Amino acid sequence: MSVVGKDLQMRRQLVRGSATVLTAAGITALLGARGAALAQKRTGNAGQDVGVLNAAIALEHEGIAAYTIAAGSGLLQPAVVKIGVTFRGHHQRHRDELIKVVTALGGKPAAAKSDAEYATALNAAALKNQTDVLRLALKLERGAANAYLGLIPSLATADRHQLVARMAGDEAFHAAILGNALGDPIPTDGLMFGA
Amino acid sequence: MWRPHSCGAAVAGMVVALLLQAIPAAAQSPVRTPPSAAAAAAAGDATRGEQLYQSRCGACHSLDANRVGPRHRNVFGRRVAAVPDFHYSAALRKRTFTWDAATLDRWLENPGALVPGTTMGFRVSSAQDRADIIAYLRDHSAPSSP
Ligand code: HEC
Repeated sequence: MSVVGKDLQMRRQLVRGSATVLTAAGITALLGARGAALAQKRTGNAGQDVGVLNAAIALEHEGIAAYTIAAGSGLLQPAVVKIGVTFRGHHQRHRDELIKVVTALGGKPAAAKSDAEYATALNAAALKNQTDVLRLALKLERGAANAYLGLIPSLATADRHQLVARMAGDEAFHAAILGNALGDPIPTDGLMFGA
Repeated sequence: MWRPHSCGAAVAGMVVALLLQAIPAAAQSPVRTPPSAAAAAAAGDATRGEQLYQSRCGACHSLDANRVGPRHRNVFGRRVAAVPDFHYSAALRKRTFTWDAATLDRWLENPGALVPGTTMGFRVSSAQDRADIIAYLRDHSAPSSP
């Protein structure tokens, strides 16, 4: 079953299973802290996870924009543009999966800013050649792999752990390709991400 | 120059790099382990912290631009949630503490434990890594800045 399917099923079970489905605050009022802890456990800490996953959506929005900006920069060889567009497709898939989860948890998915705003935030004006673009992409991809791995302990359910771990895998794949394109040496030690 | 369609050349390049072993180990690994973690933890190594900052925080933060998270220059010694043009979570905006070595350490260990409801979920589990990152942030904060 998909991540979203499970979350939906969980929410339905919550609604069906108990006449006392209240907000965490309501349960605190009735039962004290123990009740709130129980409620959090049952909802998979939805509130906190929505915020954290929305930050991940924002990260994906920026990644998608970065590849769009790079593809339109005129600095890349056509074959490199093609790879960048493929990577952008992976990030769009991540964004879409995250949006499904946030929506299923009752949250409002974070909206994208304009490409111009991302270009400013990423200092795209400073990019002078293909190597500069690849270096920026590598930095973002490596950072994204590490970011996802560092989010895992903050998320409440195994479904969400698995989703962000899968995305970290994609980002690590991107980082490996980009590092190879730049001629960077292979790291000597294992466990190269997420420490 | 790398050709994306020519895997053979890329692999050959990697093999040559392996055979030559021309690059010192320190340059290959972005993060070195300091000799005495306990001793260094107190001070924090800002140089190592910069590498960690780039690789761990760099997907969401920069010193001078708001991205997924707020810009960081001058964060050390600043009040929490004080970058005017960044849209913080309600949970963080409600708080009034100042970022110092102690609050940053607790934050980086588990942001949601220090500020339940924050949208930053990223954790740094190693105390040494946290100390080094904090040293880097302190180095990029003017003592008297807002
Ligand atoms: C996945 C994205 C992400 C990563 C990775 C990340 N952060 Fe954050 N950070 C955020 C977000 C989002 C906020 C705003 C939180 C809020 O409003 O609740 C934030 C806020 C902060 C703040 C509070 C700043 C202020 O103005 O009050 C500090 C300090 C901080 N981050 C430090 C770091 C450091 C250091 C790292 C790397 C070890 C890091 N963050 C990694 C997303 C991230």
